[in-house]
Amino acid sequence: MEFEPVIGLEVHAQLKTQSKIFCSCSTAFGAPPNTHVCPVCLGMPGVLPVLNKKVVEYALRMAVATGCQVAEISRFARKNYFYPDLPKGYQISQYELPIAAFGEVEIEVNGTAIKIGITRIHMEEDAGKLNHDPHRPMSHVDLNRTGVPLIEIVSEPDIRSPEEAGAYLKKLRSILRYLEICDGNMEEGSFRCDANISLRPKGDEKFGTRTELKNLNSFKHVEKAIHYEIRRQQAILEEGGQVIQETRLWNPDSQKTYSMRDKEEAHDYRYFPDPDLLPLVIDKAWIDQVRNDLPELPDEKTDRFIHQYSLPEQDAERLTSSKELADYFEACVTIFSEPKAVCNWITGILLGLLNAQGKTIEESPVTAENLAGLLKLVSEDVLSAKIAKAVFDEMAETGKSARQIVDEKGLVQVTDSSAIEAVVQKVIDASPDEVVAYKGGKRKLIGFFVGQVMKETSGKANPGIVNKILQDKLGG
Amino acid sequence: MKRETKMKLYALTIHEAHDLLKSRQISSTELTRAVLDHIEKIDDKIGAYLSVFEENAMIQAREADHMIARNEIQPLTGIPLSIKDLICTKGLPTTCASKILENFIPPYDATVMSKLKNAGAVTLGKVNMDEFAMGSSTENSGMHITRNPWDITRIPGGSSGGSAASVAADMCIGSLGSDTGGSIRQPASHCSVVGMKPTYGRVSRYGLVAFASSLDQIGPLTKDVTDCALLMNVISGYDPHDSTSVPKDVPDFRRSLEKGLKGLKIGLPKEYYMTEGLDPDVSATIDNAANTMKDLGAEFVEVSLPHTKYAVAVYYVIAPCEASSNLARYDGVRYGFRDKDPKDLMQMYRSTKSKGFGPEVQRRIIIGTYALSAGYYDAYYGKASQVRTLMIEDFKNAFQKCDVLLSPVTPSPAFKIGEKTDDPLNMYLSDIFTLSANLAGVPGISIPCGFSKNNLPIGLQLMGSHFNEEMLIKVAYNFEQATMFHKKKPSL
Ligand SMILES: [Zn+2]
Repeated sequence: MEFEPVIGLEVHAQLKTQSKIFCSCSTAFGAPPNTHVCPVCLGMPGVLPVLNKKVVEYALRMAVATGCQVAEISRFARKNYFYPDLPKGYQISQYELPIAAFGEVEIEVNGTAIKIGITRIHMEEDAGKLNHDPHRPMSHVDLNRTGVPLIEIVSEPDIRSPEEAGAYLKKLRSILRYLEICDGNMEEGSFRCDANISLRPKGDEKFGTRTELKNLNSFKHVEKAIHYEIRRQQAILEEGGQVIQETRLWNPDSQKTYSMRDKEEAHDYRYFPDPDLLPLVIDKAWIDQVRNDLPELPDEKTDRFIHQYSLPEQDAERLTSSKELADYFEACVTIFSEPKAVCNWITGILLGLLNAQGKTIEESPVTAENLAGLLKLVSEDVLSAKIAKAVFDEMAETGKSARQIVDEKGLVQVTDSSAIEAVVQKVIDASPDEVVAYKGGKRKLIGFFVGQVMKETSGKANPGIVNKILQDKLGG
Repeated sequence: MKRETKMKLYALTIHEAHDLLKSRQISSTELTRAVLDHIEKIDDKIGAYLSVFEENAMIQAREADHMIARNEIQPLTGIPLSIKDLICTKGLPTTCASKILENFIPPYDATVMSKLKNAGAVTLGKVNMDEFAMGSSTENSGMHITRNPWDITRIPGGSSGGSAASVAADMCIGSLGSDTGGSIRQPASHCSVVGMKPTYGRVSRYGLVAFASSLDQIGPLTKDVTDCALLMNVISGYDPHDSTSVPKDVPDFRRSLEKGLKGLKIGLPKEYYMTEGLDPDVSATIDNAANTMKDLGAEFVEVSLPHTKYAVAVYYVIAPCEASSNLARYDGVRYGFRDKDPKDLMQMYRSTKSKGFGPEVQRRIIIGTYALSAGYYDAYYGKASQVRTLMIEDFKNAFQKCDVLLSPVTPSPAFKIGEKTDDPLNMYLSDIFTLSANLAGVPGISIPCGFSKNNLPIGLQLMGSHFNEEMLIKVAYNFEQATMFHKKKPSL
């Protein structure tokens, strides 16, 4: 029997507001434990939450960007459970009435466009962190992260393969980053994903029993874990067994999923509306404002790049994979208006360099202005393509502009025909045997002559002119 | 100042003390000293206080005297007050009368405390209550019981029993309490003082340790209606730290202290008078009060609050549900009591809560946890919320026909200590007249309106429409001036 996987993803995205969702503490990452805290986020007796409006605005951006319906009235609810990293004994989240629902995101896998439905988006507060003491049976509670705003984005079970899951996650992350509301860092936990997976016989409408996968803390792991879980469930079903509904943890070391077999399973969160917060009313004017202020999103930008810059789809997609890269490209093109050449340099050389150095485009040692300057020198025949690469490497190392390097090293390409002609004559005079052989039909020797000329000119002679003069003199 | 008055400075009202402070006939230092001495002298008998901040109070009194010397006197400047022990006081113990918070010292002031400080008021100390405000007798205090100054074998009411007893026994000039289902009005009634529960949203709850967030409201307990207006002036108002406080202008409640009730329409909710078990003394006293109102020019109309019969049931679902969540934070992790040497996390939670919380608090946490559980939510919390909406409608409809509602505060005068401790349901039922105001969010006031045959105070409740405390103060003031029951003091 052929099985079809049915996958839905729950994504938690940390919003990069300056302050927490219900108090004015900083959200900055990496501070010493319990320094970004106040009575409110510590859950002291008698304190009350006050909603940070910026969090609502950020959630609205995501809602509008994914075509969701925004709820005119939404509510915060208390999700009750005990854990030492949860100071109030409940997490303020949204339950029955989330801020937004019924959206969709389009992804492309193997050339096919697929729409993935968004069930809902809701706001909530993050919990703190437990640091387990490696030496003593003791845990330390750090509440800096408590109250950092999150949005949870729940997809419809529209995903059918690990690859689609990966593409969907990348798309969500890219949208969040374009909206400048989340930095999308899976390793640091600002972008987290749980996956619900079930199998059903192909063609069936009815869903099979699902498992929930947790601890998927990198894009690579998400796809691998889903792959593993599909195979695991398939093996059970093929043997006539039954999948147990449970939460499973991905272990990246063993590359397997394990049942949590925890009391977690029996959790009853006893949700009820939080009486400390009023229903959240969002008027149409606010939604319109957010919609008007929405930046260009990845798909729109890709389309524009294809048309405006006549780029192949693949290049356009690559350049728009992050807003910062797209901005870099456009900054280059503004100075040097040959989009395809700029694209080739960025995707072929610059990204390779950044990759090797583990840097992001914002950290590029070669500024957009300097890259454009280099390409300009090439197009003006001041530099050959070959020297240009050497100059680029030096730019990357020193941060200098191409013009500066060229001037310092006297690397300007020789395009003066008479100067080149003199060198060509010198090379011909010095290689009588090769001249004879060439004239006798060994045409491949032209490479030898060009090489000699370039050697004499330290590579600065324009190769086109060298070729032409050589052929004239040797009687092409 | 003449000698005999000086002897009894503690017996002054806020406005009387203010006049003397303003005319420099007394100082806040003298006044505060007098009250502290009186507490020292009689509180062994009553047990109103959980902590007395003598040194701190004297410092505040001296500061107040400096303010007065600079002519910066406001109505509460230099006035010594007692504070219910679930209102957070920065740097000073706030226990909620619970073992679980026995050593808790808040790092911040409740908004009402900041307002009192700005007004120059003096904090004498923190007064007793039922643990986490759960109870009607102050017998549920995790520390000790409080006795009724009118009869020390009887309860002072609750949960703000310490507040009411301290006002009645002149162990403060005025007090702040909190009211979730009658916790200000009921003890005020049992102790013959004035107690007001403001409209939900009128006074900031920031720093009020939560029992049931959608019902809790801080309010004054005072020796007369004028003092009630003075305290309301200071504590009321929108607070950006409390999203449920309402951005509405606060009137000067002193303006409501004017004579004349002509044309006033008083509603008698018929369901309140059909209640079984209404003590004949209470019934007769309320009838007398109604006649007094009539003499003052008020008219009476019968109104109906048809959902009254559900009030107790709705209250005892919503309040425990919210409480079960509000009290989850007392887990021994960050502050307060933690049981020693737990073997694991689960045991730490279990033993901390079992030993830290008293039986009534545990009972309500269990009720609330059960009612919120999956499968029960709709039948309990969901249904209760729906009925609550209908009760709000009841009040809106009633206030179409009248300006205030008049009713008893409690079915009977203060009962004997220990009389009802084994019968929580009977105890819950005694809140029948006061719960509705909390569920509907409307303001209510309890004022002295007479005494039973065996000289126990009986209170009169007036309820008004949302944010119409002015009307309550006006009617209460007229009644008070016509009857002067508030002038009668317990003999201690
Ligand atoms: Zn904070």
